Amino acid sequence: MRHIISILLENQPGALSRVVGLFSQRNYNIESLTVAPTDDHTLSRLTITTIGDDRKIEQITKHLNKLIDVVKLVDLTEGAHIERELMLIKVKATGVQRDEIKRTADIFRGQIVDVTNAIYCIQLVGTSEKLDGFLAAISGTTVLEVARTGVSGISRGEKVLSA
Amino acid sequence: MELLSGGEMLMRALHDEGVDMIYGYPGGAVLHIYDALFKQDKVEHILVRHEQAATHAADGYARATGKPGVVLVTSGPGATNAITGIATAFMDSIPMVVISGQVHSSLIGSDGFQETDMVGISRPIVKHSFMVQNPEDIPMIVKKAFYIATTGRPGPVVIDIPKDATDPAKKYKYHYPESVKLRSYSVPGKGHTGQIKKAVEILLAAKRPIIYTGGGVVQGNGSDLLRELARLLNYPVTNTLMGLGAYPATDRQFLGMLGMHGTYEANMAMHFSDVVLGIGARFDDRVTNNISKFCPGAKILHVDIDPAAISKTVSADVPIVGSVTSVLEEMLELIKQSDSRVDTQSLDLWWQQIEGWRAKDCLKVTPADNDVIKPQQVIQCLYEITNGDAYVSSDVGQHQMFAAQYYKFDEPRRWINSGGLGTMGFGFPAAMGVQLAFPDAVSVCVTGEGSFQMNLQELATCMQYRLPVKIVCLNNEALGMVKQWQDMQYGGRYSHSTYSESLPDFVKLAEAYGHVGVRITKLSDLKEKMTEAFALKDRLVFIDVLVDPMEHVYPMAIAGGAMKDMYLSKTERT
Repeated sequence: MRHIISILLENQPGALSRVVGLFSQRNYNIESLTVAPTDDHTLSRLTITTIGDDRKIEQITKHLNKLIDVVKLVDLTEGAHIERELMLIKVKATGVQRDEIKRTADIFRGQIVDVTNAIYCIQLVGTSEKLDGFLAAISGTTVLEVARTGVSGISRGEKVLSA
Repeated sequence: MELLSGGEMLMRALHDEGVDMIYGYPGGAVLHIYDALFKQDKVEHILVRHEQAATHAADGYARATGKPGVVLVTSGPGATNAITGIATAFMDSIPMVVISGQVHSSLIGSDGFQETDMVGISRPIVKHSFMVQNPEDIPMIVKKAFYIATTGRPGPVVIDIPKDATDPAKKYKYHYPESVKLRSYSVPGKGHTGQIKKAVEILLAAKRPIIYTGGGVVQGNGSDLLRELARLLNYPVTNTLMGLGAYPATDRQFLGMLGMHGTYEANMAMHFSDVVLGIGARFDDRVTNNISKFCPGAKILHVDIDPAAISKTVSADVPIVGSVTSVLEEMLELIKQSDSRVDTQSLDLWWQQIEGWRAKDCLKVTPADNDVIKPQQVIQCLYEITNGDAYVSSDVGQHQMFAAQYYKFDEPRRWINSGGLGTMGFGFPAAMGVQLAFPDAVSVCVTGEGSFQMNLQELATCMQYRLPVKIVCLNNEALGMVKQWQDMQYGGRYSHSTYSESLPDFVKLAEAYGHVGVRITKLSDLKEKMTEAFALKDRLVFIDVLVDPMEHVYPMAIAGGAMKDMYLSKTERT
């Protein structure tokens, strides 16, 4: 099963490599990874999506917690949560396709953020599933480039991940 | 406040941390530190002949004393040479602080002379690491490093210091912090009382219980409490390779080591038990054999200070995270207060069954009829002439297993071996570290002619510091354990495991370094010559014992089987 693990990490040189290293060293899988400093500049927030059964996820969270630079973590998929991913996609937009792509982007609430007479660059925000859905919907067109940020997430309600 | 350079601050911080001895080797990037070392007399430095040996010596010192081992090496090859020793300490959870020099900070990343990314290379095999960015941080980093290395599940910590951070021309205010707090690191203390109660109930209701303990009981200083618990309950005890000595091997309740080369009675008792109390052990593959067939009828109670060690391989029915001493104290308290009593009737039957297994006498040695020495006889002889009171370190292979099986350790911290990583070349430098920690003790290295050649340069270090280590080499003129597997699984094809035509004359080798060498080839000479060698109290003696090259280590687990599945000899299996 897919899990989203959100981590508060000391904003220190080398801290990220310890997290990433742990995954490769223990043969865990990283589907996506995002990281940036938080409002508190001593902390970074890192979100990893990974796939594994309960036993594996338990091992992953235990080993992450053992890393000295990991301050706190939460498996967002254990409760109600919001997940978002941003995608920038550059497609060929000529002829009849040009209108069709615009319509599809509108349906998915995407925005066209760059235009030439031959291309569109579309920005789309949502769950990874929605982004996958958009890619499937425009599969008839020529996709030139895709840039996805990976998942970021936060839990719903009063629950807060803080140091 | 005193003004000190980075190098001086490092030495002062080590002293303030209580370090009395470090092991190292100088080089360009650490010359400022070595100069600061020269100008002080609080911390003694032991000059080894290879950085790997520095880490193993510090490791041996740490295992024998319980204090952290400290290593100082230069950048580049100095640092990479230390890697095997750091990995060895990491796998066996040994407290160690390794200080490595780094090139000048302006050169980092430029492929400078003797530059290597030590923090990167060591990352998967350290508990934590630091790179000094500002010299003022050195005291705090040292404090944190020792705190992390020695608390919780111990492990090695690396401090990488760029050369300019130790510049003698730049002085800083020195203050050594009294305590340290890390928001992201907490040390497990007491276990969860509810879980401990649950474990005690199950333990008292057991009909076929066994206590299985590992290196954690030795590291966590839980031996006395373990003895109290086992005797209070009259339950059988088995130790892992790393845990030997935690429970006295000569005690009636001790079933011997368990696992791949464990005793018949220990492995049978594990397999047929209904409750396993695992303490400070990690249910690793050398113990469990096939996990799916492991202890089929047993409830697993698992005590460990590291939550990640629990349910990693074998699911625990009652997991307890906490220090060995606090959990055992609480268990003892609860048992004494409890209304339930041990089911003595079932326990008697269980002991009868165990005595039946024990009667098989699986470690019985059949002497050869032609005065050839069996390797087991050497360990038996060693045990006898040292009155079971030596510190015994070992390398890796058949000799290691024979030492573990036949030297009956009654005290913790006496058996010093690389259990997790299985590092050949560990034993001799580790025995040096032990001898330096306890100058009056008998420090023995049980080795083989293969392992010994991986760190024999330390014969020079032993001469320089007059370390009277006794080296007992079980010389079978082959990589014995490799050869044993080739005998058993590869049709006796000895692919690169023999080299008898090119072995050195170990007696002459020892003599070349100024030591004493003895060669023993006949059983009838064994005891007398060994006794003579051990009587040379102030000399290093290399005792080269020619042993039966065809001997195998038994019992031996049958791969893929349960713990009850063992070869008992070349012709017998369970």
